[in-house]
Amino acid sequence: MQTLGNFKLPQFFNYPPYFTLQPVRETREKQVQLWKELILDYCKSQKVFIIGLEEDFPLFINSAIERSLSHEAKEVFLSSLVSEGRAEWMDKGHKKCLILWLRIQDWADCILNFVRENGLENGVMTLEDIRSGIESRGTELEGIDRGVLVRALRHLEQKGKAAIFKGSATDDEGVKFSA
Amino acid sequence: MNGNWLPQAPLTASGRPVLQPGEVERSLQSSVDLEAEENPRLTPLRSGLLALTTHRLIWIDESSNSGYAIFLANVIHAYPPKKSIRSMFHSPRIRLQVSVSAEGRIGEKGSTSEMITIVIRGKNDPDAFFSKLWDALRSRPWEVEEKNGEVTSVDGGVSGPGSRDGPSNSVWIAMPVVGVSGILRKEQEIWESTDKSLQEAFQDLNALMSKAKEMVSLAEKMRLKLLSGSSAHANVANDEELGSNQEMQDWLLSVGIASPVTKDSAGALYHQQLSRQLADFVQRPLERSGGMIAVIDIYCLFNRARGTELISPEDLLQACALWDKLDVPVMLRKFDSGVMVIQNKTHSDEEIFTRLKSLALKPNALRMGVSPSDAAIILGIAPALAKEHLLTAESKGLLCRDVSPEGFRFYVNLFEEIDPTNTHLVKHHGLFEAWVSAASVFG
Repeated sequence: MQTLGNFKLPQFFNYPPYFTLQPVRETREKQVQLWKELILDYCKSQKVFIIGLEEDFPLFINSAIERSLSHEAKEVFLSSLVSEGRAEWMDKGHKKCLILWLRIQDWADCILNFVRENGLENGVMTLEDIRSGIESRGTELEGIDRGVLVRALRHLEQKGKAAIFKGSATDDEGVKFSA
Repeated sequence: MNGNWLPQAPLTASGRPVLQPGEVERSLQSSVDLEAEENPRLTPLRSGLLALTTHRLIWIDESSNSGYAIFLANVIHAYPPKKSIRSMFHSPRIRLQVSVSAEGRIGEKGSTSEMITIVIRGKNDPDAFFSKLWDALRSRPWEVEEKNGEVTSVDGGVSGPGSRDGPSNSVWIAMPVVGVSGILRKEQEIWESTDKSLQEAFQDLNALMSKAKEMVSLAEKMRLKLLSGSSAHANVANDEELGSNQEMQDWLLSVGIASPVTKDSAGALYHQQLSRQLADFVQRPLERSGGMIAVIDIYCLFNRARGTELISPEDLLQACALWDKLDVPVMLRKFDSGVMVIQNKTHSDEEIFTRLKSLALKPNALRMGVSPSDAAIILGIAPALAKEHLLTAESKGLLCRDVSPEGFRFYVNLFEEIDPTNTHLVKHHGLFEAWVSAASVFG
């Protein structure tokens, strides 16, 4: 079984047609579906938030069978994630893609759980604390993309469960929970 | 159409007359009636196709695909179309005096005769047709054939060491060359000898032509023998023998169409008749190549068989395009890529798909895929055609492609076998498992 770091690749990763964009509609639909699952699984396990289409991305290259995805294929697979709300293009040129293995509202729920588990209701945290503090170590929130975190907090703010404020001492922003 | 008063003429499946050995088609006229004006009991034959061959006049009803023939041997006399003011308003008529047998059968040897009128309604040239008919009546090729045996035996007697001295039984007295009369006689002798050698030369030509026919029939016989031989001993024969058989067959296959349809003989009906002849011709190559053959290959084979009467690619395409309108068992098929092939109407891709799939399931193919040239070798067809088959199989979801710097290859389609909710699951005894085990040998 092949692995990428600590990520276990499925058997069909060595199937050469998996790396060629299939022209026949039904076959392609199946292929796109398999790629979407694989991209989400991989990004989740490796905590990858951004895929640059013009940079080498380990998942898109299989050196064992000497195959790699064409630019067109990458764009097709990521676009299909975007259309499902599981990814977002970060620029008009489709050069960078933000992968949301959890949707923004799911991230917000995740933060609420975290707050409750740590008894931080009505507490205050900096964004940096949430990303790399002791409390978040080992949770899904560890290493969360700052942009994604801010959007999840804004989502909570709209529901009246959090308030973002500018920190006075540092440049860092803080958040006050009111769950 | 009741044409029973004339002998039936066999036609091919695509409605071309079946010619006898040595018979060559000379001219074709459309919308022709055959009437027996003086005998109203005989129903006229209306608007058919009239083919003039060196031996027969064949009237063909295209709607019922039936034909009736008048043997030229039994035509006593032919009268040309009349030239008069009155005839300007009528369709041109050629009248034939045909002998009738004692039992009343028309077109058989007998003492009485019947007048048959050929009414040419189409926009054809009746005079040209008549002159061709006249030529055919005059050259009487059927008599040459009847006498063929005698001619060759006479040849055998004359040729030999003594032939230069002239017939041995003629009286030969050497005359002295004296005076004006001597010069004249000398001239006369030169004339005579030239004449004789010319005649001999033509006799040789005739002999050669009759020999050529024999050669064609010999080639035919050998081909049949090879065909039956190769099917009977296919398992026993070694590869080399099979190869030479194949080569021999290829040569013999291309031995001639005896009477190719030409613009000259068919005129306005050229493409239609060419189309019918082509339909008959492609049967055999189709059989050999498994029911489908590239148009380019047929073009080469067809022209080779036609010998000197070559046709252009456009003519071939037009002839193929006309198949839609004619009731023939073959069709032209155009693949999405633009490659054109000829196939039997009954041909189905299913058999090819089954073969391609079993090919793609071999351990090597599971691991490395199948290239069009691999498939071409195994299916015994042209690589371009093999690629078309692979692409069609792909579009049916049987195969899928792998494009890499190494080229274009096809794999058996595994995408359907994978469960997207559990991508690590390998179903037992499935295609996917077969592939995994084949691929792991490599990895």
